[in-house]
Amino acid sequence: MIDVLYFAWVRERIGLSKEKVETSAETVAGLVAELKAREARYEAAFADVSALRVALDQELSDFDAPLAGVREIAFFPPMTGG
Amino acid sequence: MAVRVQSDPFDPGAELTAFAAERTDIGAVVSFTGVVRDDGGLRAMEIEHYPGMTEKAIAEIEVEAMERWGLKDCLVIHRFGHLAPGEQIMMVITAAGHRGDAFAAAEFLMDYLKSRAPFWKCEVTDAGADWVAAKDEDEDALNRW
Repeated sequence: MIDVLYFAWVRERIGLSKEKVETSAETVAGLVAELKAREARYEAAFADVSALRVALDQELSDFDAPLAGVREIAFFPPMTGG
Repeated sequence: MAVRVQSDPFDPGAELTAFAAERTDIGAVVSFTGVVRDDGGLRAMEIEHYPGMTEKAIAEIEVEAMERWGLKDCLVIHRFGHLAPGEQIMMVITAAGHRGDAFAAAEFLMDYLKSRAPFWKCEVTDAGADWVAAKDEDEDALNRW
């Protein structure tokens, strides 16, 4: 089980801020493919992953990164702090 | 070195006075305060963040600034939640032996906070709410460091 977090418009499109997901995906991209296959709202949120960023255990990462040992994954749009 | 992520307002003047008080090894203190700007029709700014990662990401950026410019101290305050036009969003303070390092470190911190600290701004106007898109120039600004 992995904790999946969504922020900003990703959260709004999916309609959830957090969920637990049972996955056998080996990479972030694999998990995204599984989520997209679930429902239209996931498909809408992940339609263009180049518009998204991902963090693994609260560190920025990449979509081709392995998921082994990861407890928390977060998807969000590019950050707009400051 | 400190990071404060909070929904409450803060007083930039009081923060600046309290910062580095009672230290005699500091020759330059630089501060920057970001304010919610209304270019017309803005009712509020809603700021979302990623609790846990936000504090960690800012602390990592601070450590880099401390090392690179030999800072004596630095502070980042960043708010989240509902902010009205004119309210302070965030503040950066750097202290160094000389002003060049304090200015450069403050700019570095600002550039990194913009696109590497997990905050997302949503502008609320009469027409509705819109997520602020990240700007290419903010990403490009990181290249100069």
